[in-house]
Amino acid sequence: MSRQAPSSSLEPPQGEVEEEELVSATGEGDDAMEDVEEQEEGYSSSTPTSTLTWISWFCSLPGHEYFCEVSEDFIEDDFNLTGLNVMVPFWKEAMEMVLDVEPGAPGTFPAKSSSAHLRSDEDTSKIPDVSIVEASAELLYGLVHQRFILTRAGLQAMVDKYEAGIFGTCPRVHCKGCYVVPCGRSDLPGMDTVKLFCPNCNDIYTPPSSRFQGVDGAFFGTTFAHLFFQSYRELAPAPFWRPPSPSQSSESLRSSASSSSHAPAFVNPNPHGGQKRAEGRVYTAKIYGFRVSERAKCGPRMQWMRMRPRSPEELDLVDWRGRWINDDDEYDDEEEDVDEDRPMEDFDPDAAEDDDEEEEEEEEEPTGTNGRKVVGHAADASQRFQVSIRPPSSSPATSAPPRTPRDDFGRFAVSGVPVTLPGVGGTKLKVVRQPRGVTAEVC
Amino acid sequence: MEDASTGSDSDYSKYWISWFLSSKGNEYFCEVEEDYILDRFNLTGLNTEVQHYSQALDLITDNLDDEIQDDFRGTLDVQARLLYGLIHARWIVTARGLAKMLEKYKKADFGRCPRVLCQSQPLLPVGLTDVPYEKSVKLYCGRCEDIYSPKSSRHGSIDGAYFGTSFPHLLFLVYPNLIPPKSGPVDFAPNMRGAGDVEASRRNRRGREDQEPPTDSMTEGFSTATAALKADRYRPRIFGFQVHEIAKLQRWQEAVRDKQISRLEQLEENV
Repeated sequence: MSRQAPSSSLEPPQGEVEEEELVSATGEGDDAMEDVEEQEEGYSSSTPTSTLTWISWFCSLPGHEYFCEVSEDFIEDDFNLTGLNVMVPFWKEAMEMVLDVEPGAPGTFPAKSSSAHLRSDEDTSKIPDVSIVEASAELLYGLVHQRFILTRAGLQAMVDKYEAGIFGTCPRVHCKGCYVVPCGRSDLPGMDTVKLFCPNCNDIYTPPSSRFQGVDGAFFGTTFAHLFFQSYRELAPAPFWRPPSPSQSSESLRSSASSSSHAPAFVNPNPHGGQKRAEGRVYTAKIYGFRVSERAKCGPRMQWMRMRPRSPEELDLVDWRGRWINDDDEYDDEEEDVDEDRPMEDFDPDAAEDDDEEEEEEEEEPTGTNGRKVVGHAADASQRFQVSIRPPSSSPATSAPPRTPRDDFGRFAVSGVPVTLPGVGGTKLKVVRQPRGVTAEVC
Repeated sequence: MEDASTGSDSDYSKYWISWFLSSKGNEYFCEVEEDYILDRFNLTGLNTEVQHYSQALDLITDNLDDEIQDDFRGTLDVQARLLYGLIHARWIVTARGLAKMLEKYKKADFGRCPRVLCQSQPLLPVGLTDVPYEKSVKLYCGRCEDIYSPKSSRHGSIDGAYFGTSFPHLLFLVYPNLIPPKSGPVDFAPNMRGAGDVEASRRNRRGREDQEPPTDSMTEGFSTATAALKADRYRPRIFGFQVHEIAKLQRWQEAVRDKQISRLEQLEENV
């Protein structure tokens, strides 16, 4: 909760202006550049030189390529540091180091030095070792960084790095070099190292270079990666994918990422969703050219994790509990046939088009093998279940009834009023009922 | 993984194959037994793929005359690598070749899956085509069943045709008990879970497998129909809340998964 407070003081990232600026950049994500990390090995000295601020020195260290420079104004605003002083030992010294203030300068950080924690340090008049203060400074900077990159200025700084490919590309072959962003698995320091989130496969990966093994994931936080793609929707791949038609497919693999420029403009009907054309191919195992049947023990079991429907409407064929909404059983028979004929994937884009067209057919079948049926209004049912909620409740997830029978949906929906998330321009919360209770989603 | 090249003196090795295997960047290759190379039947058709075929073959089998000019030696070396790679692709799908690659797999010579939730699952090399000079080698993860690019550019430039499109899938077809579980830490001895000495149990296991490819586990009747249910996945969250569009896509994907599972379960019932 401590994170919510500072973030509410930040200016919300205004979507419009930045989005305009970024339109040109969406098509550039094609070059498979992987090792940007090779640059900047220069700084090994642990003492910042006089011309370099501690912050820019810190960000230029090998392994710190993912960090952006937090503006000193942000750090100097005590409000942004709420709650951090209890997490960082030697707070005052660390602050002095990060901000390049002469040690012991009078009246430097009055708000913080009044904390009981720090007073006890001063009482013992312990002069901490430089290496200890350095560790504290790093922790302090990292935690401030976690908050800063959620602000408008921070997101802007990170998008510049993103488009320069500083964070690298997704190692997954069929993401075709989609750029990734750093991502933490915990907001508390000391839990796990930094990971990389790929917006195309919505999965997280270990950075390719071991030098990032020393970077705490909390310095980026769990939220940043996703807020980033909410704020820059042109960079977020859409959740559906239609195999390219044969005419487009003569392009090489490489140019396909930028095909949005010469192909008809890609539009996701969901204005809050990703506006970038996704890379939707899924790997299909083959032995001597024959697709491995799913009936085999070693047959494919995980393709679902990478699949995308061909059209956004198909997403609505699944209800809020993850079950197929179907009112007729005729699909069951049809599905068997389609499955039998499902052709293999081909990796050569020049030859693969027909295969892909058919390959997707199986996914389209709105069969509900669980036999759960929703009477009427099937297509928009899932939308009805996503209910906007009233803001005053600080924990929206618990404000809704935990398990409501179906008939109660109307009542539930009536209370709906859109709520704006702090720090996210035009972002709304939606509540989706799940079997285990209610979860809220940002859209 | 990148430093996995064996310590032997690469340039002074007596045999071309051991020189080739020990040179940097060739860590993915395993040794093709000489008997296999010397059986011309196994090389059927390769003479049309490789220039200076017979000399390249002589070079690989260390029968080449020393009187070859140096400039020709360079081109011959390229062809010898191509020939070895193509033989290698055929060799690793034989019973003995699979066993050799299995050892390398268990040592994680091919690296580990970069996907965080695969928990460092060892990878297997795979080609996207069986035709040389088309696509570089990729790495197949048996846990997420997806393919990844090698981390290092040294491996990223190896021709995928030297491993072929079938190899990893054939390996799991022949050794179904080695199909990785979808969750939990990497463990090569699923039937001996909890055994203290992993190394010993691994060795036992290997010995057993070499003799009788594990038809026993087929009759055991274990099922992978519901394996996907155990797979972990990453759920993006903003301040703890799931992101709507991604959550929706993931629900759809999980519905596709559930459909497959009930399809497979139905099949099993009918059997």
